[in-house]
Amino acid sequence: MARDDVKTGYKLIGTRPNRPDGLDKVTGRARYGADFSLPGMLHAAVVRSPHAHARIVKIDASKALALDGVKAVVTRADLPTGLTGEDLNLQDNTLAGERALYDGHAVAAVAATSALLAQDAARLIEVTYEVLPHVTDVDAAMAPGAPVIREGVADFSVPEGMHGNVARYMEFGHGDVEAGFAAADIVREHTYKTEATHQGYIEPHACVGQMGEDGRGEMWVCTQGHWYIRRMSAAVLGIDAANLRVTPSEIGGGFGGKTTIFMEPLSLALSRKAGGRPVKLVMSRSEVLRATGPTASASMDVKLGMKSDGTITAGQVYFRMQGGAFPGMSPIGEALPCAFACYDIPALKHEAVEVIANRPKAAAYRAPGSPMAAFAVESLVDEMCRELKLDPIAVRLKNGATNGSKSSYGPVYNVIGLKETLEAAKDHLNYTVPLGPNQGRGVASGFWFNHGGETSVTLAVGEDGTATVMIGTPDIGGSRASIGLMVAETLGIPYENVRVNVVETGALGVNEPTHGSRATFASGKAAVEAARHAMTEMCRRAAADWGIDPEAVEWKDGAAHPAGPNAGKFPPMTIGEIGSKMGSTGGPISGHHEVTAEGVGASFGTHVVDVEVDPETGRTTILRYLVVQDAGTAIHPAYVEGQYQGGAAQGIGWALNEEYVYGADGRLQNPIFLDYRVPVASDLPMIDTVIIEVPNPGHPYGVRGVGETGITPPLPAVASAIAGATGARIRSLPCSPPKVLAAIMAARA
Amino acid sequence: MAKVHLWASLRRFADGQEVVEVDAATVGQMMDALERAHPGLGPAIKAGLSVAVDGEVIANNRAAPVGPQSEVYLLQRLKGG
Repeated sequence: MARDDVKTGYKLIGTRPNRPDGLDKVTGRARYGADFSLPGMLHAAVVRSPHAHARIVKIDASKALALDGVKAVVTRADLPTGLTGEDLNLQDNTLAGERALYDGHAVAAVAATSALLAQDAARLIEVTYEVLPHVTDVDAAMAPGAPVIREGVADFSVPEGMHGNVARYMEFGHGDVEAGFAAADIVREHTYKTEATHQGYIEPHACVGQMGEDGRGEMWVCTQGHWYIRRMSAAVLGIDAANLRVTPSEIGGGFGGKTTIFMEPLSLALSRKAGGRPVKLVMSRSEVLRATGPTASASMDVKLGMKSDGTITAGQVYFRMQGGAFPGMSPIGEALPCAFACYDIPALKHEAVEVIANRPKAAAYRAPGSPMAAFAVESLVDEMCRELKLDPIAVRLKNGATNGSKSSYGPVYNVIGLKETLEAAKDHLNYTVPLGPNQGRGVASGFWFNHGGETSVTLAVGEDGTATVMIGTPDIGGSRASIGLMVAETLGIPYENVRVNVVETGALGVNEPTHGSRATFASGKAAVEAARHAMTEMCRRAAADWGIDPEAVEWKDGAAHPAGPNAGKFPPMTIGEIGSKMGSTGGPISGHHEVTAEGVGASFGTHVVDVEVDPETGRTTILRYLVVQDAGTAIHPAYVEGQYQGGAAQGIGWALNEEYVYGADGRLQNPIFLDYRVPVASDLPMIDTVIIEVPNPGHPYGVRGVGETGITPPLPAVASAIAGATGARIRSLPCSPPKVLAAIMAARA
Repeated sequence: MAKVHLWASLRRFADGQEVVEVDAATVGQMMDALERAHPGLGPAIKAGLSVAVDGEVIANNRAAPVGPQSEVYLLQRLKGG
């Protein structure tokens, strides 16, 4: 299908072929983590702390081990000692040591011949706890008198005198902030809060691990990054990475939460203790919510100066974020650079602290840190626009970053598409639809850096002229189709003649996970280079057959051609012809490329949302929602639109309903989807999308990542729309009905 | 000499300097020279840094070139979801 909206010269890029995984997924044939089974397999269950903070006095597994069919129990005593740094943190989180640090922290694990028996056995493992003081709130954790939950967590960056729960400190900026505020017509300052939210992937964590007494093992696992699983599991268990082969399953969502380990090494430790029998471990939803990485909760002060014409003269933020009981997990390092990334402001000051608290070890969540930062900064921009009666898009166009702007965090933006997204949003029908009673409109922009990273790809030419591409980045959002399109475009063959497989750790060099919106960018870039290598070799084979110099042969339209009239007159030699006789012309033909990919192009987006708020209940209904985002080049536009819609849906959930609710006892009160309310299809209208294409010069086809930016603007956009509908500004997410109703009542009073 | 900009909370490890001049041809040499001149920066460098050289973000490439007039910004190593 040719692309008809933009004249690009591409034959395949920009088209929407059928999804390569579509049939498997709709028929149930796709194999997810929990679908994998092996002969003689055992099933595991995990004993988890019911306390937010407790000393583990004693673990007695004798009653569990006495059950017929129970084959192994592991505790921290079964894991090696002497680990340091993040390896120690990973091990501490996999199984608690002397202390359980949060409600749900794993304390022991058991393997038995059935899942039910394993669960029964887990209940028979008796753990004696000495309950300790706890703290779960980010501001409370750094208040005077708060219990220090782990000694010595502060790294080099923390100045003396800060609370013992502060693990990291960061500060940067430019320009004279005080002079900037003095030059403003209005200066406003508020505190904004976001609660921890979970990635909410539909597929819970699941794996099957097998390891013999010799320390050699294998794992089948649902993950975003199987080399990370290999390295981390090997570190926790004290084995060599080469002795662990990890194969990824299909993945039912990750959003950053599957870039690390939580319980995976337990399957291997249990297997080794159970004589090498494979062990399956599948988390329940409750375990996922209690014990796998949500994002951080945040408390954020923002101060802005603005002239009456909308010029922003200065900005200042102070962010406090907690990422659970382990240091290094809150995204302050990402949130701060994202805070003002959409703007070109002459004076800025950024400051942040990371705090630890008795909560689960946070993990990356789609554009880590950027949604919270956007909620704080974009909300205040909106408040000041309303106060000065300025159009919010016009203010963003006036102050927005553009090509050549020095970013708020240092680097200069090369070629970016923020202003194009703002112009398209301004011109979209959704921005001019008249609003009715109790309705409001919100606008916000968002940013994500995007990422390159370690990447290794191999392409093999088949005997029939097809191509198989081996990549190491699990396909979360359509990267197989997009990489297939790029390879087919490069080779000049039909898309259907390219198959892209995600392969195991033994098949390629190290690949970083699918994270940072990098898979289509980095694996795609490497796949194009691998295809070019194969084309060079195929030209060499044709040249040898024709008896001419390889330099006199060029590749186009899926075949080797003589490069000009002086090269001789030979009919084109197709990839099928070359492949069919490659065994007799020198052997198999493949291309390979490995690189730490650079040339990343930042991604900007602008969202417009209309809401209606029921003044009697505080319930918010999303009436219409528009995502405009720069994709660079949309390789497969349907997947790009899906990423935009998915990001918006998650952001709407964060804005309206999702939150971790902790009781006074430090226990998570809502660890099921009934009480942890993610948006469902009936909650949302069709989310409108506009794909902006400002090609990234750092990629052969102009790709930017598209996966993460879309979750960033919904938080402030929805809160601003509610403010427009009600006159009440919510500065603490989520904008749940009770909170909105209370704000309406307060505004009326 | 390349000019390396330190974020504010790193400056106390470099005698309060906002900009440190370094003679280096690559990002790796620049990091090594920084640590030699200011050992207090060692933990930050070992924790993993990205850099921006003349506006272009170099996430993790010690071989990336640094010119004698280059402007370099140190950045925290970024994670993604």
